Amino acid sequence: MSDRQIFGGEHEHTVSVLVYNKPGVLRKIAGLFSRRGFNISSITVGDGKDPGLSRLTIVVTGDDKVIEQIQKQLYKVVEVVKVSPIDPKHRVEREMALVKVRLDGGEKIELLQLVEIFRGKIIDVSNEGVIVEITGATSKVEAFIKLLASSHKIIEIARTGKVAMNRWESSYNGEGS
Amino acid sequence: MLFEALLHEKVDTIFGIPGGAIISVYDELCDYQDKIRFFLFRHEQGATHAADGYARSTGKPGVVLVTSGPGATNTVTAIATAYMDSVPLVVITGQVPTSMIGTDAFQEADVTGITMPITKHNHLVTSIEELPRVIKEAFHLATTGRPGPVLIDLPKDVQIAEGEFNYPNDIDIPSYRPTTRGHPKQIKKAMELLKNSKKPLVIVGGGANLSGTMDLVNAFIDKFGIPVVHTLMGHGVNPRDERLYFGGIGMHGTVYGNYAVTHSDLLIALGVRFSDRILGNPKKFAPGARIVHVDIDPAEIGKNVRVDVPIVGDLKSVLKEFLNFDFETDFSEWVKELQGVKERFPLGYRKGKYIKPQYVVEKASELFPDDTVVVADVGQNQMWVAQFYRFKHPRSFLCSGGLGTMGFALPAGIGAKIGNPNREVLVIAGDGGFQMNIQELMTINRYKLPVKVIILDNNALGMVRQWQQLFFKCRYSATLLDDNPDFAGIARVVGINARRVEKPEEVDAALEELANSKSPTLLHVLVDPRENVLPMVPSGGNLAEPLTDAPLDSGIVEKIRGGSDE
Ligand SMILES: Cc1ncc(C[n+]2csc(CCOP(=O)(O)OP(=O)(O)O)c2C)c(N)n1
Repeated sequence: MSDRQIFGGEHEHTVSVLVYNKPGVLRKIAGLFSRRGFNISSITVGDGKDPGLSRLTIVVTGDDKVIEQIQKQLYKVVEVVKVSPIDPKHRVEREMALVKVRLDGGEKIELLQLVEIFRGKIIDVSNEGVIVEITGATSKVEAFIKLLASSHKIIEIARTGKVAMNRWESSYNGEGS
Repeated sequence: MLFEALLHEKVDTIFGIPGGAIISVYDELCDYQDKIRFFLFRHEQGATHAADGYARSTGKPGVVLVTSGPGATNTVTAIATAYMDSVPLVVITGQVPTSMIGTDAFQEADVTGITMPITKHNHLVTSIEELPRVIKEAFHLATTGRPGPVLIDLPKDVQIAEGEFNYPNDIDIPSYRPTTRGHPKQIKKAMELLKNSKKPLVIVGGGANLSGTMDLVNAFIDKFGIPVVHTLMGHGVNPRDERLYFGGIGMHGTVYGNYAVTHSDLLIALGVRFSDRILGNPKKFAPGARIVHVDIDPAEIGKNVRVDVPIVGDLKSVLKEFLNFDFETDFSEWVKELQGVKERFPLGYRKGKYIKPQYVVEKASELFPDDTVVVADVGQNQMWVAQFYRFKHPRSFLCSGGLGTMGFALPAGIGAKIGNPNREVLVIAGDGGFQMNIQELMTINRYKLPVKVIILDNNALGMVRQWQQLFFKCRYSATLLDDNPDFAGIARVVGINARRVEKPEEVDAALEELANSKSPTLLHVLVDPRENVLPMVPSGGNLAEPLTDAPLDSGIVEKIRGGSDE
């Protein structure tokens, strides 16, 4: 279930975790990761399908043994209902970023082109600059930011972190969501 | 309402100390005196270790009741101790009123935050309506699956709120359903391996004590004639055929026990978590063995060692399945090989002109009844008890294994005595650790509990001193306790019989007196301060290469006892 090779046996993995939405549960999970020395690259939380339950999408790096431990340790948190690994091959993933860009002069056209190519949106405009919304797979968001940074002055970036789901065709669905 | 709920959970014993944020609960306690025995301790750490000793020795959950802030934080070391050794506790802490939470109110502490990593579960109660369910869940979580401490933080306003009392009969936490039955396919695979093995070895861990399955473990060993070793927490295994018993393994395991692990071709690990103290160097651990690992906690399987046959389940049900198999086995060659190693490298120590701590333990083991609960502290004393006391019953050896908490023995021994009024309880502690909860001598006297105590006084933080001798060129940095008080004198002032023992020829009589006494009694034994715990596999070392001998450093005798002892 490896997403992206980092180095050696280390990979980036995505897990989707369904939890009871009780006070302190986020803290428990975040605490578990730091205590056991697991590296979180991103974590998102939001309501899921059922009331009272929340869904977390966690992106972590580690070798396969670490990932197995993460899943087992997550299950030991009493509020955790379900831990579903996300299929690296058959999945959809999205994240969103807001990027505040300063515009000093003539680069406006260039910016508009870039936003269009990446199917982003300009959602705030002023004399000083704009705010761009961009949505897509993490790699797309990152590519956009990189290109933008090479030609413009980025003032601020806010990213949501990734949400992900196994595709219908994924074999992970049996044990999954 | 709290006590009604506790009565539903068959709680009849509580340990604790009151305070402002739990005062109304303590007031209510007055009305339950005929149903619930309450034991007041002199420190919340003591109360919590006592609840732990009660739980370890009886199998029932220990219940602790303390106040907010400092009362709660004082329990932390003891909760962590119980957590590491999977001991069921329910710790109830007072909390400032809900309206004041987060304001840094007097004696407010974020107790659920602090104890999150050292509890199986914790919960801040926000309304009286949820209290019965929270209590029910707490006991369920603490005692089922892999047991552990659960903490309930109870704000002052919730304590006094009125509400209808409806105790739930059943509990169902969909996100918490421990696997109890081992997978039949894996069980079959394990038994196939056993059938084809030439050198199998059973490793018994703390899980066998916690699950109350030592009888089944013994039966399994006897049925198939498999040699057995155990971890520090797995003491109490006692096959009918004594020749199959090869003692403890790990850092201070026997040479033959560690040899058995190293040369086995099949390890059957029962309720073991393969800690670093057992493995030594994980890469060199049991190089020729397939590993069958039975544990209730799936996260333990494959965590520290590679496992060939994982069996997640309750030992009781898995062992019963094992016992359903019938086939002939003959491991006599292997047993003979191990017996040979045992004869060549027996556990031992040299006699001398000072009292040998090992002898004291060995002799106590002879004199005290078989079902005595022995509670060791941490350090050399703990290892000597583990090596030289022969335990024949489950739940008869208690100590802080995972956390290694000095100061555990005295209060845990008190808790064990409270839970087992008809069994002898013998506390064996070093001089350093004994002083870490020495205040609980007052508790022994307060309740006139006939706990027996031996202090093995080597005028040192002995285990650390040993490491300094062996690995730090005898630089005894902050480990010599040349200013120890007269412990027997202290005990007598508190109202406890006590005797100071200085000469080898006095030991037998003093121990007999201790074993026969009907009242609380303490022996302050001045032992050879030079003694080391051997054999020893240094941290991360290979179990096959133990250190079996080390010179005694005679220089320290003068340093700590002056010239007069020579
Ligand atoms: C609370 C605590 N503090 C420090 C330690 C570190 N430590 C481990 S063994 C030991 C020495 C114990 O000395 P003593 O209680 O006299 O027992 P001995 O080893 O001499 O038998 C120390 C300080 C510990 N285990 N627990």
